[in-house]
Amino acid sequence: MSNTVAAASRPEPDNNYLTAGYGLKSWLLTTDHKRIAILYLIMISVFFVIGGLFAVLIRLELLTPAGDLVSSDTYNKLFTLHGLVMIFFFLIPSIPAVMGNFLIPLMIGARDLAFPRINLLSWYVFAIGGMTTFAVVLFGGVDTGWTFYTPYSSTYSKTAVGLTAIGVFITGFSSILTGLNFVVTIHKMRAPGLTWFRLPLFVWAHYATSLIMLIGTPVVAITILLVFLERVFGVGIFDPALGGDPVLFQHLFWFYSHPAVYIMILPSMGVISEVVACFSRKRIFGYGFVAFSSLAIAVLGFLIWGHHMFTSGQSIFAGMVFSILTMLVAIPSAVKVFNWTATMYKGSISYETPMIYVFGFLGLFTVGGLTGLFLGALGLDVHVHDTYFVVAHFHYIMVGGAIMGYLAALHFWWPKITGKLYSEAWAKLSAIIIFIGFNLTFFPQFLVGYLGMPRRYHVYPDEFQIFQVLSTAGASILAIGYAFPAFYLTWSLFRGKAAPANPWNAKGLEWTVPSPPPKHNFDTIPVVEEEAYDYSRLEEEVV
Amino acid sequence: MSAHKIPARIYYLIFATLLLLTMITVEVAFYDIGILSFPVALGIACFKSTLVILYFMHVRYGTGLTGLFVSAGFIFLAILMVFTLMDLNTRDWQVQPDESGISLAAPFDHGYGIGKQLR
Ligand code: HEM
Ligand SMILES: [Cu+2]
Repeated sequence: MSNTVAAASRPEPDNNYLTAGYGLKSWLLTTDHKRIAILYLIMISVFFVIGGLFAVLIRLELLTPAGDLVSSDTYNKLFTLHGLVMIFFFLIPSIPAVMGNFLIPLMIGARDLAFPRINLLSWYVFAIGGMTTFAVVLFGGVDTGWTFYTPYSSTYSKTAVGLTAIGVFITGFSSILTGLNFVVTIHKMRAPGLTWFRLPLFVWAHYATSLIMLIGTPVVAITILLVFLERVFGVGIFDPALGGDPVLFQHLFWFYSHPAVYIMILPSMGVISEVVACFSRKRIFGYGFVAFSSLAIAVLGFLIWGHHMFTSGQSIFAGMVFSILTMLVAIPSAVKVFNWTATMYKGSISYETPMIYVFGFLGLFTVGGLTGLFLGALGLDVHVHDTYFVVAHFHYIMVGGAIMGYLAALHFWWPKITGKLYSEAWAKLSAIIIFIGFNLTFFPQFLVGYLGMPRRYHVYPDEFQIFQVLSTAGASILAIGYAFPAFYLTWSLFRGKAAPANPWNAKGLEWTVPSPPPKHNFDTIPVVEEEAYDYSRLEEEVV
Repeated sequence: MSAHKIPARIYYLIFATLLLLTMITVEVAFYDIGILSFPVALGIACFKSTLVILYFMHVRYGTGLTGLFVSAGFIFLAILMVFTLMDLNTRDWQVQPDESGISLAAPFDHGYGIGKQLR
């Protein structure tokens, strides 16, 4: 097709959000939640690649028991930057800022979020926080671990802790702004008839996530700022010589950072609910329980932070209380897993790519969650704390759970977001490669951790080598699995078939508008008259 | 949205009260009221911040939902403090095996612990 023909055949004032304006300015000054989602998608993808490169170096170093590739100091900086980038700059914003931003207004029948300009502001704040943190690399890096434990961070570390603290502090505000926007939007902008108990569970999950962002993030921001003040002015909050307490830092830090792990997993859980219902062609089993379990996780999540501090000098009594409370948080997580399984029971299941990721999520999240309970048991944790067992635990949940959910979401809503269909065959293949690579990478870490290998060391006894070699081999497979989507999804943008409005025949308001959605989402605001996931009715209509 | 017209008089009144309370805080600092000085200073500060939240931040005229979110902030702050103090105040409770099993006890009184026997 020649250019002139293409130009002539372009549907005239096509008002989908992608074609509604051209040029850099139309993107950088946009207040359209869909475009801001794309801006976030691009930025976090870059961060994911950078965080991944740090991981590659870590895995290569660990191939041999000697510290031969990088020095100890460099190694400390590598795992610190890996953790910082992946947690604060990829996982926390991943699903909320990209998928939540794009989908929540569409799902609740609104034309945008409640505060479109604040939404754009959050992206700029995020970008500034990200740039500040990357400037740290130019100033020689930072070596405290993503956890910034005092007194090392506040007194002893010679690296650029102060600048990193500022970067993380700034980034926290983008999270707060996003959470604020979501809470207000979900309260105020639901379409007529869309009662709380008709909301898609994705929206419930984001509501719970936003509450955590609003309540927890200010605490970590202040805590990090205190580390900065302690370093610069020696205020003495964490320094026992001046009447402070280094363990106080851990309380303040984990008060946010345990709930923050739910910021990373709850949105994924929301995705799983949508995808499971669609590809089982059934309403979610026990909708109310799944909805409320999100809130229960958000609240209980704030009561159990001390399980990260069993060996910190925290009192044994506090350890016992936190250990018992930790067992409680497993209940709402288990409610969700059981209800998803029950949803599939007697459903008419099909195995499209998003569903394959869901299966991956269910298995891996369960392993991660159950090993969390091992760690939450006070007596056992004393032995496995700060070993590779912990590393395996949280990677099972964050990579096996949260990222699987993110990829499920990306594949499920890609046709909606871009208006293009990707190649199912390639997508399925890469989902399977990711699953295999993931397990090969992280399962050996459970074993080597249980045998006693501590985390954050790059020199280790010879007998641990076999596990580290397996792990690095798995990581190579995993990297290939992650590289595939980058290619076939990009390819689909240019060569993919045009996507219909509802390629999966799914329920939900977002599927009632064309793909990609028009600039203002809905010509007329829809009126909702049915429950979410009413697949039985849909099936009847189709017949 | 629902723009409540709040008479300027209220703002001046609150402002004056805040100034008055500040003066009281300063004044009280010159008297030795022993163990009471900390609670009194904190009490006045809390009262002042409540005024600011209710009137200057308009929470008093907001909806119940706004009130709920504001209280949530304080409830979670309370959780943070209670659990952190729970750790601090029980640091000296030791594990002591005895004939009947294991118990937690305070072997010495250091002045700030609760120091009760836990079984
Ligand atoms: C079923 C619920 C869970 C329980 C009971 C649980 C329990 C624990 C415990 C006790 C630890 C501390 C281990 C130690 O340092 O000795 C831990 C560490 C960790 N968990 Fe979980 N966890 C759960 C879910 C999650 C989730 C959903 C995520 C992330 C999305 C997560 C991420 C982490 C991380 C990142 C660490 C390590 C932090 C660090 O020291 O760097 N956990 N978990
Ligand atoms: Cu935790």
